[in-house]
Amino acid sequence: MELVLDLVSWVLLSAGGVFVLIGGIGALRMPNLYTRMHAASVTDTMGAGLVLLGVMVQAGLSLATIKLAAILLFLMITSPTASYALANAALLAGIKPNAGHAADEVTEP
Amino acid sequence: MELLGLYHYWVFVVLLMIGFYAVVAKVNLIKKLIGISLFQAAVFLLYITMGKVDGGTAPIFSGDGATVFSNPLPQVLILTAIVVGISTTALGLGIVVRVKEEYGSIEEHEIQEIDER
Amino acid sequence: MTVVFGIFLLTLLVITAAAIVRTQNLFVAVMLLGIFSLLIAVNFFILDAADVALTEAAVGAGISTVLFLGALALTSERERLGTRHRWLSLSVVASAALVVLYATFDKPRFGDPSAPVHQHVAPWYLENTPAYIDIPNVVTAVLGSFRGYDTLGEVFVVFTAGIGVLFLLSVRRGGAAPGGTGAPGTPGIGLREHVIPRVVGRLLVPFILLFGLYVQFHGEYGPGGGFQAGALIAAGFILYALVEGEERTLAALPQSWLLALMVGGALLYGAVGLAGIVLGSTFLDYSVLGANPVSGQQIGIILIEAGVGMTVTGVLLAIFHAFASRGRA
Repeated sequence: MELVLDLVSWVLLSAGGVFVLIGGIGALRMPNLYTRMHAASVTDTMGAGLVLLGVMVQAGLSLATIKLAAILLFLMITSPTASYALANAALLAGIKPNAGHAADEVTEP
Repeated sequence: MELLGLYHYWVFVVLLMIGFYAVVAKVNLIKKLIGISLFQAAVFLLYITMGKVDGGTAPIFSGDGATVFSNPLPQVLILTAIVVGISTTALGLGIVVRVKEEYGSIEEHEIQEIDER
Repeated sequence: MTVVFGIFLLTLLVITAAAIVRTQNLFVAVMLLGIFSLLIAVNFFILDAADVALTEAAVGAGISTVLFLGALALTSERERLGTRHRWLSLSVVASAALVVLYATFDKPRFGDPSAPVHQHVAPWYLENTPAYIDIPNVVTAVLGSFRGYDTLGEVFVVFTAGIGVLFLLSVRRGGAAPGGTGAPGTPGIGLREHVIPRVVGRLLVPFILLFGLYVQFHGEYGPGGGFQAGALIAAGFILYALVEGEERTLAALPQSWLLALMVGGALLYGAVGLAGIVLGSTFLDYSVLGANPVSGQQIGIILIEAGVGMTVTGVLLAIFHAFASRGRA
């Protein structure tokens, strides 16, 4: 039973790490602001979520698990809001999303 | 462990010098304030590094019978220092805002030119 | 494994600090300063300093970023004309670095329990806290009781910074100016027409305030205390101000209340100290405040932590309002 719990938490933690890596590579390699933001938001949700789930499995049934669940809930509420606010601010500042591969053009509204 | 300890102290020196360089060499007043914040953070790192004890835990008596604790005294000093640091930063930023309003610029050489006129 | 993690974090700190100084866009520098504060808070936590990590995260990554952004909104965002006397500065910095590096080789080994800093006073505090004060968090015990004078001085430093900024920035120019850091081009009463941040922000504010109160009163049993709680409660109100606009925040917690909090906290601390004299003992001796010395110490610590929390909340919010209302006059 211990081994199964350990294996599950290893898988979750490694998957979370992989998603953080994907988010980081995406934020570096994507051509313009909106695609970069989309890649970075993977880090906030999938990466942090899976890491927290892995740690929760390790903590078992204790007060620490409830605190971690509260942190997970808080992250799930605030990080998409932060991505929305960032994208909205960029749109209002005049950076138009460009569906092609070129970088965004900055036009004043 | 020797390497880790020395690495902590070397990082302290590097951060100290980066903050010092920002204060001395940059002309923008807000950059100087940011440099002071970096300098202070480096000093905090030094104190907390000195307080760590091998195999110790945070100096809070919890129920699970730990007996080796890290030193609480540097933590108390740094707690005070962090709050004093933000107080001086806030006051410095207030002065920078007023300087901008009076002189029209927050670059040090431009302010000196305006003063000499 | 902690060794690898520690080295990794320290390297990230150095890279972030170098990026902060190198960038010419001040907005980027302020954001990176926030990241730097969070990284150093994690580092403090690894080094067993839980209280300090909480304070650094709340004050450094939270409040300091907001104050810098407020100042940036009132000045300019880009730094002009890089550096002056570059080679002279570099040589001074390099020689200072060499001197300090030479000194680090004489320092005691990292984590050595027989280092001089762990002798003398620190073991006395660790042994005698259960006897004299009997609260689990030794840092709060030392901060509140054994080193209470220092904390009294610190409360007055925070208070002085608050009235200093109010003297500098409190002249309201031409009526209430738009507040908040909403997107440019908005007639700007906060972010009222952006539904999602507004809803989520308003949802979160009561929980932040509740957590601030928890940290305030739980400071004796775990990491926490007055400073962290003050910063958290101020952050809750600042979030409300960013989302709803500054006028509504001033309607919720008026300027007169903020001044009352600032002054009241410092006066409360001083009054607890004077109560020691009035009840027959010395200044800041809490033992006479309760039925027996131990409970007196606990009552004293609760009261002064409340005073500290009140002053820090009042000062941070007053400074935020001073920056936000300076506006674009």
